[in-house]
Amino acid sequence: MASTEIARQAGDGVRAVPLAGHVGFDSMPDQLVNKSVNRGFCFNILCVGETGLGKSTLMDTLFNTKFEGEPTQHNQPGVTLKSNTYELQESNVRLKLTVVNTVGFGDQINKEDSYKSIVEFIDAQFEAYLQEELKIKRTLHSYHDTRIHACLYFIAPTGHSLKSLDLVTMKKLDSKVNIVPIIAKSDAISKSELAKFKIKITSELVSNGVQIYQFPTDDESVAEINSTMNSHLPFAVVGSTEEVKIGNKMVKARQYPWGTVQVENENHCDFVKLREMLIRVNMEDLREQTHTRHYELYRRCKLEEMGFKDTDPDSKPFSLQETYEAKRNEFMGELQKKEEEMRQMFVQRVKEKEADFGFCSFFFFLLSDLHEKFDRLKKLHQDEKKKLEDKKKSLDDEVNTFKQKKTAAELLQNQAQQAGGSTTLKRDKERKK
Amino acid sequence: MSSSEVLDGEAEWNGGIMGQQKNLEGYVGFANLPNQVYRKSVKRGFEFTLMVVGESGLGKSTLINSLFLTDLYSPEYPGPSHRIKKTVQVEQSKVLVKEGGVHLLLTIVDTPGFGDAVDNSNCWQPVTDYIDSKFEDFLNAESRVNRRQMPDNRVHCCLYFIAPSGHGLKPLDIEFMKRLHEKVNIIPLIAKADTMTPEECQQFKRQIMKEIHEHKIKIYDFPETDDEEEMKMIRKIKDRLPLAVVGSNTIIEVDGKRVRGRQYPWGVAEVENGDHCDFTILRNMLIRTHMQDLKDVTNNVHYENYRSRKLAAVTYNGVDNNKNKGQLTKSPLAQMEEERREHVAKMNKMEQEMEQVFDMKVKEKLQKLKDSEVELQRRHEQMRKNLEAQYKELEEKRRQFEDEKTNWEIQQRILEQQKLEASRTMEKGKKKKIF
Repeated sequence: MASTEIARQAGDGVRAVPLAGHVGFDSMPDQLVNKSVNRGFCFNILCVGETGLGKSTLMDTLFNTKFEGEPTQHNQPGVTLKSNTYELQESNVRLKLTVVNTVGFGDQINKEDSYKSIVEFIDAQFEAYLQEELKIKRTLHSYHDTRIHACLYFIAPTGHSLKSLDLVTMKKLDSKVNIVPIIAKSDAISKSELAKFKIKITSELVSNGVQIYQFPTDDESVAEINSTMNSHLPFAVVGSTEEVKIGNKMVKARQYPWGTVQVENENHCDFVKLREMLIRVNMEDLREQTHTRHYELYRRCKLEEMGFKDTDPDSKPFSLQETYEAKRNEFMGELQKKEEEMRQMFVQRVKEKEADFGFCSFFFFLLSDLHEKFDRLKKLHQDEKKKLEDKKKSLDDEVNTFKQKKTAAELLQNQAQQAGGSTTLKRDKERKK
Repeated sequence: MSSSEVLDGEAEWNGGIMGQQKNLEGYVGFANLPNQVYRKSVKRGFEFTLMVVGESGLGKSTLINSLFLTDLYSPEYPGPSHRIKKTVQVEQSKVLVKEGGVHLLLTIVDTPGFGDAVDNSNCWQPVTDYIDSKFEDFLNAESRVNRRQMPDNRVHCCLYFIAPSGHGLKPLDIEFMKRLHEKVNIIPLIAKADTMTPEECQQFKRQIMKEIHEHKIKIYDFPETDDEEEMKMIRKIKDRLPLAVVGSNTIIEVDGKRVRGRQYPWGVAEVENGDHCDFTILRNMLIRTHMQDLKDVTNNVHYENYRSRKLAAVTYNGVDNNKNKGQLTKSPLAQMEEERREHVAKMNKMEQEMEQVFDMKVKEKLQKLKDSEVELQRRHEQMRKNLEAQYKELEEKRRQFEDEKTNWEIQQRILEQQKLEASRTMEKGKKKKIF
């Protein structure tokens, strides 16, 4: 019996003990499967390809149903992604299928940014899952997984080689999603051209380092069929929802004047192989790869971007608590530093402003203006005062002069009167003689 | 193989988003998904950790050997009960068992010394510590940047052995279960059930369940299913809780059959006989039907409880713990992001306030200057008025002086006139006399 992962994980220190009878834990896989069936499954496909390559038709054919959608025009200004979710059931298995279509891919004149909206969409689904996983109170077991599990890349049936848009886009997507390239509308290519075309495509992919999805060969029950199928990649498919009568059966086919292309005829195209591989054999592996490889890569990059590490500088592993506490302390420290910086900056600014030429000169101007006014008025006042003083002085002088004159005159008068008096006396005296 | 089916409206499942229902018109093949899942799970293998707790001598090791039909505890690997212990230990034994192509890594966690001391206060502490440390390991592994396949060593089920006293639960039993029912799936068992008659057993069971309900202890509950058959079986099991078990390491021949049992003078108590004890029910439930559910409940309920409590403590470290529960739906990183945004807002506000203070200071200064100017004007005005008054005074004085002067000058002139007239008259008189 092949070794299981658990056995490998347990290592050599664990002893294997024989059982003396039927214990019953061989029902574990059934228990697990029952639970999954009860919960239901979920699968998300992304179809990337130019308008008109038959993406919607192929989905309809693959899932034997008519999905939504009008055929799109070629005049889209950019690439948008439209997603639709459907509930399907086959036997007791419920599948929540989401089909995402790229609208407008390859229609623009400048296609440099075509891949961007696709990458953004894929990343957004990873991000949503990551956010849910990081929440404190989370409900992962009932989370509706929207991550893309498979990307069908539709190659135009030119018969020559891949277009540069194809190479660029696939290169950008190969580390984010399982890419399954398919040759669309392959009924336009003859068998011999097809073989050459496939070889050319495969070699171009290899030489450009594009990693497409390989069907897993590690599980012995499917290893053989998977490795055979790997050699038929990329699958050349034809899609059709119309039925034509062949023999006594109605089959899905495309009718041409020169013959009928039967979708499910393995000689005509690889549709059956695609269906086998994609749905019947490896659907679970596609989901697993998305989760354990592509999502983990996204998560690792995202966390490293945010500065999380697994070990400290001494290569001792961090515990979750340490990591978060360290992050938190760093974060708080940063905030405090910013606050402090802002305060200091403000103080500095005030100082600068006060010493600033602009600030000072304005006030300086006002102040000097004021001082000038003040000086002028002061001078004016002083002049006026002086004038007043002068006038006062001259008045005083005049008064004094006048007073002197007056006093002198009065003195003279008194003298005159005395003299006059004496004269009169003399006259009187003479009379008396 | 598979036939397509027509769907009626179905209830919400697998998350919130409802898709459009579509009928399949032919074979697609995803009905094979369960097989793919089966295949992968077998390839991976399974793991299960079972903890047994109970006083020594209750037959725990024997029961484990009986459950797994193996000599987990054998002379080479003696069970903990045969070793000397002073304090409560927690010991684990790992074995790899294979059956039908399925590998199971089984970990049995034993707790020797539990309840054996005179003072058993806190004897559950090593047990809770062990369970928490396994959660911690898983949390750390899950939170690494570089994650690998994480081994699941969390305790998936705890078999708690109740001594067959026939009366009820002991205080230690109640205390232990209350401390652990939110950390692990507890399945209480009545040990050594062959010491009780069926009636005694019934009564004992009823009493125990009553006490469990009284103390609001949450023992492991079976999940609901849509299957009628299954539900009937589950209800039957629920009626027989707690399961009364008997274990045995010896095989005895009874009626030509080789069975595990305990030989008494009065007969053989068969382990796997449903009339004798509930062992078969336990084994079926624990291993054959509900092993996966025990793991799921541990992962989705007990572990998540531990994790959210741990992360909330780390996130709100030092912050007010009265935050409303709604906050816990964020991740710690989102929490930090929000705090960062709040801080930016705070800083902007601070900056605005500082600008305002700054502007105000500028205004103040300008105002001061204006006031100085006004004051200057006022003073100047005052001085001018003062001067004017003085001027007027002076003018008045001068006027008076002028008047006085004019008057006096007029007077003087009159006097002069008089004097002149007088002297002329005298001159005339003098002339007369001479003749």
